[in-house]
Amino acid sequence: MTNASPSDDALVIAGRRFASRLMIGTGKYPDLETMRAAHRASGAEVVTVAVRRVNLADRSAGSLMDYLDLDRMLILPNTAACYTAEDAVRTARLGREILGTPWVKVEVIGDEKTLFPDNAGLIEATRALAKEGFIVLPYFNDDLVVARRLVDAGAAAIMPLAAPIGSGLGIQNFTTLRILREMITEVPIIVDAGVGTASDVAIAMELGMDGVLLNTAVATAQHPPLMAAAMKCAIEAGRLAYLAGRMPRRLYASATSPLDGLIGPRP
Amino acid sequence: MTVSAYVRGVETVLSLVAQLMEITINGEKRALPGHLTLAELLAELGLTDLRRVAVERNGALAPRDQWGKLQLADGDQLEIVHFVGGG
Repeated sequence: MTNASPSDDALVIAGRRFASRLMIGTGKYPDLETMRAAHRASGAEVVTVAVRRVNLADRSAGSLMDYLDLDRMLILPNTAACYTAEDAVRTARLGREILGTPWVKVEVIGDEKTLFPDNAGLIEATRALAKEGFIVLPYFNDDLVVARRLVDAGAAAIMPLAAPIGSGLGIQNFTTLRILREMITEVPIIVDAGVGTASDVAIAMELGMDGVLLNTAVATAQHPPLMAAAMKCAIEAGRLAYLAGRMPRRLYASATSPLDGLIGPRP
Repeated sequence: MTVSAYVRGVETVLSLVAQLMEITINGEKRALPGHLTLAELLAELGLTDLRRVAVERNGALAPRDQWGKLQLADGDQLEIVHFVGGG
């Protein structure tokens, strides 16, 4: 039996406790009001943002932040669309400067069509940023050896994909996620990317993941706040099921009702 | 206009041009007066909330507490960034 008690089941990353195991993004929403409503419904305490050039013709710098509950949520800048460790490090430094928090979701992308990570660049960026005092959460390619390198490089949590970013394909890598769960115990494992709906989140949590980071599945749902509420339930359901420990699978039936006391002949 | 006045006018224009510096801001080249701190430039750009931007100069972060002291130079490359939606 797992000894964790659901009443004190916070996610802890780099010493910070999170009551919710859901992390949510800020991209692709139809509008910022809808995003805010979805964030509230999700219960998420970590929210990702991207770092991009200010539009100097528009000048409304930083307006996204008016729609983020900065008291309740940790803002996690990402290094999305960086293709080199150097650009990821530069972007991380800029992101840290805006809010003064050292948390960063590091992406070093290696392929445009799949958005699969460049693992060598990712490890390099993780090491450099961890040395600079960042709390580094790298997005990576569900590979055990890379996971170990990332932990060695100073990652505070590791974030394997479940399917390509924004694909909504659901959990495509049960086996490697299970292997990661068994072999990596030093830091939390957050599934980042690939979920399409609530059942995908529940499956990730049932596999023993410590949390799920998602964006597109909520932002592009027909009703984002409703899907966010579904994700919140799925995180909790999947986590409880994991803690409860599932029954073993059997190929054949095993009668639930007793055979003794049948009024007719026994089969 | 006399010839000398004309020459003086041209000289004035030329000296102003000589004091201009070319700065690249977010990939866009701009001609700016020669003596300008980063803080002055940011004020000039009229961004609505400077607390929510970060600036990089020639590939290195320009910390907020140094904006007032940082004298811009001809050829500087600036990146002015903020948070946008992302996952």
